[in-house]
Amino acid sequence: MSGHDHEHDHEHSDLSETQLRVRALESVLIEKGYVDPAALDLLVETYEKKVGPRNGARVVAKAWADPDYKARLLKDATPAIAEVGYAGRQGEHIMALENTQKLHNMVVCTLCSCYPWPVLGLPPVWYKSAPYRSRAVSDPRGVLKDFGVELPKDTDIRIWDSTAEIRYLVLPMRPKGTEGWSEEQLAELVTRDSMIGTGLPKQP
Amino acid sequence: MNGGQDLGGTHGHGAVKPEPNEPVFHGDWEKRAFALTLAMGMPGGWNIDMSRFARENRRPNEYLDMTYYQVWLAGLETLMKERGLVAEDEIEAGRPLHPPKPVARVLKPEDVAKTLHRGGPTERDTNTKPAFEAGQRVRARNINPVTHTRLPRYVRGHVGTIERVLGCHVFPDSNALGKGEDPKWLYTVRFDGRELWGDQADPTTQVSVDAWEPYLEQA
Amino acid sequence: MAHDHDHHHDHEHGSDLDEMTLRVRALETILLEKGYIEPAAIDALIEAYEKKIGPRNGANVVAKAWADPKFKEWLIKDGTAAMESLGYGGRSGNHLVVLENTPNVHNMVVCTLCSCYPWALLGLPPLWYKSAPYRSRTVSEPRSVLKDFGVELPKDTEIRIWDSTAELRYLVVPMRPPGTEGWDEEKLAQLVTRDSMIGTGFAKRPEDLQ
Repeated sequence: MSGHDHEHDHEHSDLSETQLRVRALESVLIEKGYVDPAALDLLVETYEKKVGPRNGARVVAKAWADPDYKARLLKDATPAIAEVGYAGRQGEHIMALENTQKLHNMVVCTLCSCYPWPVLGLPPVWYKSAPYRSRAVSDPRGVLKDFGVELPKDTDIRIWDSTAEIRYLVLPMRPKGTEGWSEEQLAELVTRDSMIGTGLPKQP
Repeated sequence: MNGGQDLGGTHGHGAVKPEPNEPVFHGDWEKRAFALTLAMGMPGGWNIDMSRFARENRRPNEYLDMTYYQVWLAGLETLMKERGLVAEDEIEAGRPLHPPKPVARVLKPEDVAKTLHRGGPTERDTNTKPAFEAGQRVRARNINPVTHTRLPRYVRGHVGTIERVLGCHVFPDSNALGKGEDPKWLYTVRFDGRELWGDQADPTTQVSVDAWEPYLEQA
Repeated sequence: MAHDHDHHHDHEHGSDLDEMTLRVRALETILLEKGYIEPAAIDALIEAYEKKIGPRNGANVVAKAWADPKFKEWLIKDGTAAMESLGYGGRSGNHLVVLENTPNVHNMVVCTLCSCYPWALLGLPPLWYKSAPYRSRTVSEPRSVLKDFGVELPKDTEIRIWDSTAELRYLVVPMRPPGTEGWDEEKLAQLVTRDSMIGTGFAKRPEDLQ
């Protein structure tokens, strides 16, 4: 039965239809003078190349290395993050969430895809998809399992549903055996998923 | 609205499937759709709440069957058509067929960085006082607007605790309809997992939402 | 999106329908060859619900209730027994509850979770009854749904919606139209529409039979 193949064909023609449509739309909008092509290219470049999880990793590494910074970050993350040079769209109100042995934080946006762009860049597909959005709030351990993560049975899990403009950044626990490491070295251990709460930082 | 986007707690969607080494954009068209959406915000004159509503305001199966940037594209088209900026026949033809609408501003490349940097903060000054304080027990009201709201169904009618008072923020339910920012006090409200999902739920789960004052009542 | 509405239409009229036919035929062949089903039984099932069991059954029950007050009382008290006394019953009609419309109360039946329907008295449900718009809106905005049927009730009429979540099946007895005094059951039955027994319509009036 060609059911499966048909679905694939449908998907492909569906996507190429979308591609054509986007191109058509872009032509129309440029010709009408509503958008500037150079501005479009800059927008793409910013989020494809410049803004990404390395930003957040630097923030986390700094917090690990510098207790005063960590205190500032936990008290009022937006200015603390701005200190490191990151700010702006979809990060106007950031809150940092500290993971501990007793408490593990996870971030989701069940209603759409809200995500702290200035520190993590654009969200991955899984974050924006129905499986994560539906199950993070009701079955967090099941979701962590999909990521190969298992937490102790008595660890509390706190899920933050980003329903307003507050954006959340998880501050994962500093791995053991990293005493004296530089911020640069520490940043290498900080994965994107550990800053969402669906992963743990790398071990040394 | 109680639409396809209100996914919290729904079933049947399967496992979360992370993609290793995932690219930021899965195809050139996604980059363009992304950039067009951001760039059109300025001439279009809509706010973020209007754009969220435009995305979700469709048949649930349509919403759920589209990929992420297909939803963005659909929302963008809705917003532009509503305002007479483009028409369907032009998109199909791939070129303008009607004169452009005069617009106040267009995003210039030299403004991109600072526009992104400025973002769109939603906190506003106020003379009012918050109705609730940290530690207080509140109930999420059973509201069911057909228009845009940010109170997910899975918390409505449930009792939680005010964890933080977050200041006064633009109220999406009003802003999405062009009725003005109407800023309201915003709170982080924390719910016990068993309150939301029943006695058999994992006792170590707690879920919070950020809820504006009109979503809440004293418990 | 250019594709949505038109694209789905193409899908329906073109390859998708053929695909379904092919798939069902393939399935039927396999099941027959494996000896799991008997062809005559399949045909009998189709004939039963296509030709034999339908809203005429329910109409007969309603007509009797209108004509015979004692029967109506019994019907409301014990729908299953009263219905069975007329020779109706069986699948999706084993537990019948009968709802009487009055000037003060209008009843509507839905199955939000799937398509539960009193087959024994109404046959198989229509497409609209099983579809998302009816299933989603009836319980929250019944008047708006009635408007889709061209039906408007007085503002102060209470609307009771019955969501068939278990095996109880519901049949609405619409209000008997005026000007039908002395009519026999056969004639009365002609006034009873399927939709009036679901609650999305009224019974016909005598003048509608002209």
